[in-house]
This record gives sequence, structure tokens and C-alpha cells, in this order.
Amino acid sequence: MTGVDRKPPAWFALALIAALGAGITAATYEGTRERVAANERRALRARLAEVLPPGAYDNDPAEDWVALDDGAVTRVYVARRGGDPIAAVLRTATPRGYGGTITLLVGIDRVGTVNGVRVLSHRETPGLGDAIEAQRSDWVLGFAGKSLQHPRAWAVRGDGGTFDQFTGATITPRAVVGAVHTALLYWRAHRERILATAGRRTP
Amino acid sequence: MTSTLDICRAGLWRNNPGLVQLLGLCPLLAVTTTLVNGLGLGIATTLTLLASNTLVSATRRWLPREVRLPAYVLIIASIVTTVELAMSAWFHGLYRVLGIFIPLIVTNCAILARAESFASRQPVRAAALDGLMMGLGFTAVLVTLGALRELLGGGTLLAGAHLLLGGPADAWVLRVADGYPGFLLAALPPGAFLGLALLLAGKNLLEGRRPRAAGVGAA
Repeated sequence: MTGVDRKPPAWFALALIAALGAGITAATYEGTRERVAANERRALRARLAEVLPPGAYDNDPAEDWVALDDGAVTRVYVARRGGDPIAAVLRTATPRGYGGTITLLVGIDRVGTVNGVRVLSHRETPGLGDAIEAQRSDWVLGFAGKSLQHPRAWAVRGDGGTFDQFTGATITPRAVVGAVHTALLYWRAHRERILATAGRRTP
Repeated sequence: MTSTLDICRAGLWRNNPGLVQLLGLCPLLAVTTTLVNGLGLGIATTLTLLASNTLVSATRRWLPREVRLPAYVLIIASIVTTVELAMSAWFHGLYRVLGIFIPLIVTNCAILARAESFASRQPVRAAALDGLMMGLGFTAVLVTLGALRELLGGGTLLAGAHLLLGGPADAWVLRVADGYPGFLLAALPPGAFLGLALLLAGKNLLEGRRPRAAGVGAA
């Protein structure tokens, strides 16, 4: 029922607009796909480099990884030199943050020493719990050099360990320390199996 | 036909989407933790408003009235997806910071409201200008609130400017006072509500002082 105006039927107008919208979206997707993928690869590479010893590896860890589904560690990126693994980055998460899940990257060298830890995402309280971010405080840098050789170290000070807690926020650092500890234990138990399955993949 | 000056004045001040229509408050309150975040979302929203108003006005003669709302939603959703992909390609850092709030521009009622109440009844040029001005008015509120909260919350201005403007802009960050302890409330959600309330009060104060004879008051 279009009345006196020469308007097309409603179904036709909607179909035309839907087709145009889908066409424009698809064209933009195709046009930006490679750029977006390159951006994401570059961002991942930069994040991995932060927790790996600079200059010690000659492969691209962003394209050398294995996905896991049997624990908190969901992905392991492998850094190699001349083909031999020299370090790994474990992507892990803990649900014990104050505001929900905290995801982390944990860089571990060949003998099981932490090379660096960075927080990927969190919803901790701004100004209190967000001191776990490397750009807000150097707390997270305190993990470098720690390993399972120091069993008493793996707790915040209030729980008898060596990691500082933040004023007004104990839950957040406790969750991060626990997650890094769990990742180290997992790496010790499954290292050989993971390294045997890791290999070149697109990220 | 509405005059160009009227359209500009309405979008930027008299009928500002953030301060008078009070539309799109969810992103307005959520992302304005820093000036740069506010500016980024403001630009994305302005582009969306400009494109959606233009397309809605261009289709007004042949679009049957009974299906206009689903058609507008389709148009707006396509534009927002395009803007999101473009941001991910060219402003990847900012895209990561704004996260979910870019796709959520679809649900910003200010956009559908302008399509329905203005663009669907006006020629393309007026509709495009209205989209641009409403977008700029919204951006101005986002930037002001972002600057206010960033300044009070952390004592900086323009933190993260490199996300929008590239590497060298990193050096533009202004630190107002060394050792400023920060005012946590301003950075938290309540700070957004209080900040917006202050802006609203400020606007009403300014308008209250204007002589009534001018006849320009908030509707």
C-alpha cells in the first residue's frame, strides 16, 4: 500500500537497503582485512617482546605457538634461536581478580626463571588495583628473575611471601602472584609435551 | 527549510545531544576517563552521524514510512561497522582502548533520534550539516568531560595522544603538577556523573544570565 507516491513496496526497500549495507560492510572488510591483521600481529609481537630477553631469539614467536585447553594456560608462544627453544611466553588467566578475570603474559626462560610478566587485560579498580599495569607502576617488573627455586617467594607479603601488596588492594596482587605461580608449575610439568607440539602457525 | 545558522547553533549548544537532549549517555559517561578517549569516540560518533543523516535524507523520498525504522537501523549498523573496521585499520591503538564502545555507537539514541526527527524530513545538505553539528556538539561534551576527569583524576592532559595522532604526540602529555596524588573519584564512574552534572549546571547558569528578550532558552 504505497498511496499516491510512487514508492516501492516495503519489502523491496528493506531488501535493497540490507543488500547495500552488506555490500558496503563487506567491501570495507575486504579492504581493511590485511591492514587489521598486520596491526594485530604487530601489537602481539610488541607485547611478546616485552616479556622475552631482547635479541636472544631469531624467530617470530607470534607465529610459533600452540593452543592448550587443559588448564589456566591457554596458549604458549615459543622463542627460538637457530631452531632451538630458548624461552616461552605463556598466556594465562585467573578469575580471582577483584573485578573479574585478569589475563597475563608470562615469559619464562629455558631453566624456568621468569623473564617478565605483563597484564593483557583486567577490570581492577582504577587507581588501586590497576597498579599491576607496567605503565602505572613497576610492581609487575618484580617478577623478573623469580623461579620455583624460591618456593617461599610466591605469595604477597601479607601471606608470608615477598611480593608487595598495594594499599587498599590485596586481592589483585594476590591473584596475579598466584596466576604466575600456577603458570610456572604448569610449565614445569608439561614443558616437553608443549615444545614437541609447538610449531609455525599464522597468529 | 531551517537556516544554516540555526542548525549549527542547535547542534553545538541549544539542543546539544549530550547536554540538552541527554542522549548517548552510556558511552559519554563510560569512555570519558581521558581527553583522548573522549576525542576518539567523538570523532567516530560524528562520522557516523554525518553519514547516517546523509543517507537517511537521501532515501526519504522512496522509503515507505512503515519500514523506515528498520531501514534506519540497517543504515546505522552498516555505517558503524565500517567506521569500526576503519579505526581498527588506521587507529589500532585507540581501537583497542575504546573497545566495545565503538560497536555500541549503534545503540547511541542520538543517532536514531536525528535520523527520525530531522534527517527524514530535510534535504540532504541540511541533514548532513545537522549530523556534523550534532556530532561536533557531542564531541565537545566528551572532550570537556574527558579533560576534566583526566585533570582531576590523574593530573595529566592528553595522556595517550599517540594512540590518535601517532608516535611524536606521546611527548605532548601535560603533567599539571609533579607528585599530584590523583583524585580517584574523578576517574571512577561516579566522577563521570558528577562531572556531567557540573557541565549541565554550568550550561544552565550561562543561559540563565542571558537576557530573556533574546528568546534563546533551553527547550
